[in-house]
Amino acid sequence: MMLNTRFEQSKETAWCPGCGNFGIMNALESVLNELELKPHEVVICSGIGQAAKMPQYINANGFNGLHGRALPPATGIKIANKNLKVIINSGEGDTYGEGGNHFIHTIRRNIDIAHFVHNNQIYGLTKGQASPTTDMRFVTEVQAGGVILEPLNPVALAITMGASFVARSFSGDRAHLKEMMKAAITHKGYALVDILQPCISFNKVNTFKFYKERVYHMKEDYDYANKAQAFERSLEWGDRIPIGIFYRTEKPSYMEKIHHLSDGEILADKKPDPMEAEKFMDDFR
Amino acid sequence: MNYNILLGGAAGQGMNTVGGVLEKVITRAGYYIFFHKDYMSRVRGGHNFNQLRFSDTPLYTHQEKIDMIIAFSEETVEKHRKDLTDNGIILCPTDFNVADPRARALPFKEIAKELGNVKVFGTVIVGAVVKMFKLPLEIAEGVLSEYFSGEILKLNREALQRGYGLTEEKFELPVSELKDTITINGNQAVGLGALAAGCTFFSGYPMTPGTGVMNYIASKQKALGIVVEQAEDEIAALNMVLGASFAGARAMTSTSGGGYSLMVEAIGLAGIIETPAVIVNVQRPGPATGLPTRTAQGDLKFVISAAQDEIPRMVISLRSAEEAFYQTARAFNLADKYQIPVTILSDQYLADGGVTMPPYDFSKIKIERYLADAEEIGEAPYRRYKITEDGISPRIIPGTIPGQVFMVDSDEHDEFGHIIESGELRNQMMEKRMKKMDGIRQDVREPWHLGSENPELLLVGWGSVYGAFKEAVERFGREGKEVGALVFGDVWPLPIRKITAYAKKAKRIITVEGNYSGQLAELIQQETCIPMKERFNKYDGRAWSHEEIYRRVQEVL
Repeated sequence: MMLNTRFEQSKETAWCPGCGNFGIMNALESVLNELELKPHEVVICSGIGQAAKMPQYINANGFNGLHGRALPPATGIKIANKNLKVIINSGEGDTYGEGGNHFIHTIRRNIDIAHFVHNNQIYGLTKGQASPTTDMRFVTEVQAGGVILEPLNPVALAITMGASFVARSFSGDRAHLKEMMKAAITHKGYALVDILQPCISFNKVNTFKFYKERVYHMKEDYDYANKAQAFERSLEWGDRIPIGIFYRTEKPSYMEKIHHLSDGEILADKKPDPMEAEKFMDDFR
Repeated sequence: MNYNILLGGAAGQGMNTVGGVLEKVITRAGYYIFFHKDYMSRVRGGHNFNQLRFSDTPLYTHQEKIDMIIAFSEETVEKHRKDLTDNGIILCPTDFNVADPRARALPFKEIAKELGNVKVFGTVIVGAVVKMFKLPLEIAEGVLSEYFSGEILKLNREALQRGYGLTEEKFELPVSELKDTITINGNQAVGLGALAAGCTFFSGYPMTPGTGVMNYIASKQKALGIVVEQAEDEIAALNMVLGASFAGARAMTSTSGGGYSLMVEAIGLAGIIETPAVIVNVQRPGPATGLPTRTAQGDLKFVISAAQDEIPRMVISLRSAEEAFYQTARAFNLADKYQIPVTILSDQYLADGGVTMPPYDFSKIKIERYLADAEEIGEAPYRRYKITEDGISPRIIPGTIPGQVFMVDSDEHDEFGHIIESGELRNQMMEKRMKKMDGIRQDVREPWHLGSENPELLLVGWGSVYGAFKEAVERFGREGKEVGALVFGDVWPLPIRKITAYAKKAKRIITVEGNYSGQLAELIQQETCIPMKERFNKYDGRAWSHEEIYRRVQEVL
């Protein structure tokens, strides 16, 4: 029997029963199979946190790196082997907090990576401190008087930074989530899907019910090519929370802008010969 | 025979161009140079100087004594005339107020004005210098044609002639035969070594004095089809390198101490995920921002232990630009062989100093990847961290063997790379990784020995102090003194055979280093129990000169 011809999830995880991560893992597993990718062609990258354990539980290649640093290794992997499908699953603390700088600059690179951010508006693994997206006045052990920092709006930030694909979904809406994941994985360039997800242990405000009552699908006639409109819609947060593709545009990806990368040999496949570089000594003669 | 020209002035006055042209003229005429750069952390103004030392035999270091000062500022004369020989000369423009009998005010600026372009005044200076050292004028004309073309070239040739007519032959210079040489600095040598070694991905963040490595590799991206990515910070730089290396590219980064500090967590990551990486730290004085454009050897203790807990690693310091090329290529092979991070320790003195030498022998460079193939892996699920006798697990590249996948994990993990918390497995993995140090110890190279085989006095140092050691020790040798020296290149793990043997023979040992406490001395004590009590430590941001080492030794002999 051939090993690993289909994606499967492991039965044991370190997640709490009822965690939103399960919905995200189920969706990812079936999307990868439906896209007919092969496990050895896929690398799932992550940083640290509960969401970042995803590469542990799906039988693809995995790079479970440092906290906040999911994006740079993913970038290095894609540049080294453009044929690998590179996907990131990490939390909002990892992505927007510890790794904020990489988030901004990966958008600028527009490299072919699908980035799935599990956004539960709380720190899970460190047990309940505010995350960059926690709403103001939310009380935690550290933020005992309530959060006084304004929450980061990842969708608005990505749109204004010029990301070529910006979407939001909800872990409790499997069909929608699968659709967003598929669109992101097949998008050329950097694709962000911010996934709203309840944390049943530490976030008693933004619960499954909270999101279920508020999220709504943007209408089919919504024009996601209109950046100004996308930005305006990204600011909607409260009684109603829009999900779907906010903004999508075609522009050259990082790979396409480096012709010897898009048209040339895969870096990892190169068999360099030291003698090839000998001519460069002329620079110093 | 050797001469030393000092060019000094404010940044942006054109002395780098004059120095560059002279460097080419001198090397093309068959001489060897050692170029030494002393500059401030600013783009304009301040006091900077370059020293161009040259000889008919190879040079390995700079020197204090100067034969000619080319002054672009009055401050240059004031600062450096104390080092000028009695027979030396100061060349300066006519409007400088210089009260020194050795000064020769010449109408560089006036001639340039006459020729209708003030910018050619540097070329007038070149002409004057070429004459004084009896250098061939036609070689200087040839060099100009590499810098300029058309009308501007014509103008510069005229300026060269006019400058040549200003002075007379002054210094005796034996005629040298033309030979094939290269003149290269330490950063370029590291870059060229990386290219020869098949480095296909480089990511870095600019930081003086380490930026030159990135600049050089970047200039060859298209020619070789490789990628240099300027990262948003050094954290990203090394993490990108690890991603690329995991995916099969030979990858490297370069920085200075501040950037290396930011990379520390990722160095630990490289250790636990057993992914090769070559990291260049071009040292400058710290801590924090320190002296950005100066030199130091202050990071030794830091880089041999950077990252929490313990990982197998190797640290190689560079002793010369010649060695830098070969050691960089070797670093890639060792990183691949042991699946470890290898740090190359350079410094500003070496990085910016240009040296003339025979061309590198590229046929000596072998690219050894140590990768496993499908046959070796077999049909069973692949164990990336298989426990083996030597601690090295067969490594494959993701995507290359259908059906086989693996993960790397910054958490402690089992043989498959999956997160674990068992104490027993933890022990097995820790022991497997650290076991690799046994192999690395077999691969480290002993220090270079200089001078007396039975030294009464043994000098011990590491890295770029080599050149100054060589000249100082040779001088003691000519004076019939039994002085020897050991200069370490590989510093971690520390090779201990030679130091142990020479320490037994030597009556006295003195370490000479570019840091405050004598970091190598402490490391030798730690690894060999040989007391290293006498230490010459220098931390003023300047390199040891051979004269300074000679004087300090003379004082205590």
